[in-house]
Amino acid sequence: MSLRVPVLRIGDSLLVSIQTDLDDGSVLVLQEDLAARVVEDGATGVVIDISAVEIVDSFVGRMLATIAAISRMLDAETVVVGMRPAVAITLVELGLTLGGVRTALTLEKGLKVLDDARDQRPQGLPDDPELR
Amino acid sequence: MSPESAAGTTVTVAIGAAGDVVLARQSARNLALDCGLSLIDQTKLVTAVSELARNTLIHGGGGGMRASIVRDGVRRGVSAVFEDSGPGIADLDLAMTDGWTSGTGLGLGLSGSRRLVDSFEIDTVPGRGTSVAIVKWAR
Repeated sequence: MSLRVPVLRIGDSLLVSIQTDLDDGSVLVLQEDLAARVVEDGATGVVIDISAVEIVDSFVGRMLATIAAISRMLDAETVVVGMRPAVAITLVELGLTLGGVRTALTLEKGLKVLDDARDQRPQGLPDDPELR
Repeated sequence: MSPESAAGTTVTVAIGAAGDVVLARQSARNLALDCGLSLIDQTKLVTAVSELARNTLIHGGGGGMRASIVRDGVRRGVSAVFEDSGPGIADLDLAMTDGWTSGTGLGLGLSGSRRLVDSFEIDTVPGRGTSVAIVKWAR
């Protein structure tokens, strides 16, 4: 009876807000759902809101890093938003610093990070008819 | 919070499936709240419980957690003991090393959870099983 976390779309980004204490199976399902949706929706950004998450252990921490790596390979940026201070302190003490994962304090700032990243993207190919 | 729970009621969680790791976390969180652990200490304890409950499931082939509020003079804390009758750990020093993993994990379960709690005792017999006892004291 694994829970499925809904994946929402905002503009060119996907938004996931983790609201419940997920078991490991649900965490893996979310990882796969997100990878599939990045490709299906042609998303260029993924925002993972963990403001309601009370603990991030090594399993969830690894999921966050894996999603960031998979998305990057699929041409999308990932931002983790809303991490609680106690979660950050615990993660560092646990030995996980999530080096490859971009973070922002709030959802709004996370979306701004993705907007800025989008502005840096090459705008089409030189022979793109829309550019002529 | 009932006075009985503070007096030392033991909560037992059988760990045989992924959902039981969630139950172990929730039980630990309730005890941490009853015990008056600070938010950061609650978070550290519950994270350590999550790592150790998962170890019990994945490496120990299932087992159980017994958790309770304990006292030492005026100090109060939460104690949790994880037991399995799995293969045990052949090389404990190696298993306690950051980044070393026998499976596909990150190798932070044992070494990381030890840093998150105040007391960490591990007893393992190859072929017989493993027991890990932790305590987090309220400050």
